[in-house]
Parts: sequence; structure tokens; C-alpha cells
Amino acid sequence: MENYKIPDNLAVSEEGFLFLPATGESFTLNEIGKIVIGLLKNGSSIEEIIERLTEEFDVDEHTAEKDVNDFLTQLKNFRLVEEI
Amino acid sequence: MKVAVTGLNNVDSPGPGVPVIRGIKDSERFSGKIVGLIYDALEPGAFMPDVADSSYLIPYPSGGLDPFFERLAYINSIEKIDVIIPTLDAELYAFTKLSPKLAEIGIKTFLPSAEQITIRGKDKLFSFCEENGITAPKNILASSIHELYAMPSELKFPVAIKGIFYDAYIANNFEEAAAYFGKISSKWGLPIIVQEFVRGEEYNVVALGDGTGNTTGAVAMKKLYITDKGKGWAGVTIDEPQLIDISKKIIEKLEWKGGAEFEFIKDGNTGKFYLLEINPRFPAWVYLAVGAGQNLPYAALQLALGEEVENFENYEIGKIFIRYSWDLITDIKKFEEITVKGVVVNE
Repeated sequence: MENYKIPDNLAVSEEGFLFLPATGESFTLNEIGKIVIGLLKNGSSIEEIIERLTEEFDVDEHTAEKDVNDFLTQLKNFRLVEEI
Repeated sequence: MKVAVTGLNNVDSPGPGVPVIRGIKDSERFSGKIVGLIYDALEPGAFMPDVADSSYLIPYPSGGLDPFFERLAYINSIEKIDVIIPTLDAELYAFTKLSPKLAEIGIKTFLPSAEQITIRGKDKLFSFCEENGITAPKNILASSIHELYAMPSELKFPVAIKGIFYDAYIANNFEEAAAYFGKISSKWGLPIIVQEFVRGEEYNVVALGDGTGNTTGAVAMKKLYITDKGKGWAGVTIDEPQLIDISKKIIEKLEWKGGAEFEFIKDGNTGKFYLLEINPRFPAWVYLAVGAGQNLPYAALQLALGEEVENFENYEIGKIFIRYSWDLITDIKKFEEITVKGVVVNE
């Protein structure tokens, strides 16, 4: 599974507000989005993120993996993550 | 110290006069008065508190340079103006042409030359960019429908059909292009600019050149809210070094003197920046630069006065401007003053 990191220039607030200083675009995250971005920021792998979500929420691994991948696709489209 | 500023038309498509004045007045080093020069009796900046101390009606320069200069000389005989900062496209040639005469009566200016203004014109900009390695949408000038139909194959539909001064439409085929050609040429004359259409997001830079090729300051902005007239009524400062580097290169190549706005489009597919336009004056959003740490209007005043100005190296990223409209209540007396006497004084 590919892994991702948050670009160095992406500003992420504790409230889940993302600001891309290079383009002026901004985004808001929901609670789960905040957790995923927070984990990516701390260098967690995708496997670790899925594991954490299944531990913390009432969700099976397959669903969590699908949701995380959907979310990552969105993040990639907006250039909010970089492949490592 | 008295500084005269034009463009107090703070309306739906606002002139840059009010933000230029705000910048100058924000500087702790400025002590003096502001004289507003207005073309219409109802330019809001003339009535707004803490903007102009007094404002005078002036004729349009298109009515002849002599009466235009005479009026400025008359205002100067009362106000003793040190510097005039024009802020509108349509008057720039006139002020540039008159700058030696204005200097004779003690008024300094800091403006691009007539040649510099010409090079940045829509019809000349592409050649300038090609010669200097600046990416810009390809274009041709068409003075007839035949020239439009003979457009080179590297220009592919859709294309932008633009007037020499104003107006732009996107044409998807020759039929549409010919229709827009007729529409624009009947209004704005010939030639028509047929330009490669670059799909992407628009970005803007406000900058100040000191006339030697050096950039005194430059701030990049992304519009966050655009009105139906295409005007940005909210925007945020951004960190995109490429935009600043391209702007500095243009200023260097042109040895640009004065304020300028550079309009770019970022190709959605390649991420490349294309220079769309150079406006030969500060934009109406110049106060965002002041708020982000670069008081470019005051720096322009200093340059006009012949003072040495240190370059601005940085600005704050993530500063936002939000423009709003506001109903100002004043007395009919004020309107009478400006319409009858041609001058209104703000106590």
C-alpha cells in the first residue's frame, strides 16, 4: 500500500481548517478527516491509520480501508497529500 | 506635504485611489494632506471621512491635454501639490506626457514612460513575453475576418477573442469567433486579439518598480470572491515564489517605473503560469499589500520624492481582504460644493 505525507507548506489548524499558501485554497475537515490528517502529519502509514480507525470507531477493516482510500483520492485531487 | 490622488471612484468596479490614500496615511512617516482629483461629482472617496482632505473635479484628459493641464495648474495654485499619483488606466498617458510640465510647476510624479505603457498593451504583450522568455498565451492580431480565418494551426479552439482595450469572449469555432469579432470590433475597434485559451485559476501580483529594473516590493494574491463583473471582492495573500519571480523579471526587463498589477493564469493541467495582462498602475486591492506588510503606495510616494527606499523582501501569507459597500450619509451642501464650485472640503 502506498504511503502519503502532508506537504510541508500546508497549514492545518486544530479545528480542521486547511490552507494551501501556494494557491490560496482552503478546506474544512470533518472529525474523521481531522484524525486522518493528524495521523498523516505525524508520519503514520495508511495501515496504521486504518488500524486506528477500526480501534476507535465501530467500523470493520474493509469499510475503513475503502473510506480512507476514498478520502485519500480527494486529498490527492486537491494536492493536499504527497506520495512517499 | 500635499499628495494628489485620482481614482476615488470607490464603486462596484472600484478605482485604486482610496486604498492608495489609505496606504499613504497609514505610514507613520507621512504628515500632510491629501487632495482628491475626481472626474465625477459623486466619486465616493471625495466624501469619505479620513480619505481626502479636499477634492477637486477635473476634466477628462480625452477632452484635450491643455484644459486638463490648466485645471491641474489652477488646483496647484491653491493647494501647492508636491506629488500626483494617478491610478487609472485611461489617464496614464496624459499624466506621463504632462509630467515634464507638471515638474515645472513643482509637481512630482513617478510613472512608467509612454513606451513602457505601450509595450504592456494587449497587442504588444505577447511579443514582449516571447522575446524575454515569459510564458504567455499565444496570440495573433486580426484586423479583418480573413485574418481571423487564416489563424495559424497552433491556435486551437476554444480561443479567447479580445478587444484591444476591453471585452473578451470564448469562441469554440470559427462561426462564434467571427460573431465575437464583429461584436467587439464595432465597439472597440481593430485589431482584435485572438488568444490561446488557458483553462485554470487566476492569480494576481501587485508590485512597484523603481525605474532601474529593481522591484521595490511585490505581493501575490488569489481572489476568493469574484463579482459578476469579474472584480475580486475578497482575496488572500499567497506564497507562490514563481509568481513573484516572473513579476520581478518583467519589472527588470521593462525597467518598470511605478505601480503595476500582473495577472496570471495557472494552467490546470501543467501547473504553468501564463502572464495574461500587465496593468500599468496599482490595482484596487493594493491595500492588501499594505496589510500584509508592504506599504507599496507609501513607497511609491517616497520614490516620487526622490527618497531612497529599501526593498520589501517578505510579506505575511494568509492575509485576507474583504471588500464591502457602505452607504455614506452626507448633506446636499457637500454635493452643491462639488457641483457648483468644483471642490469639496472634508473637515
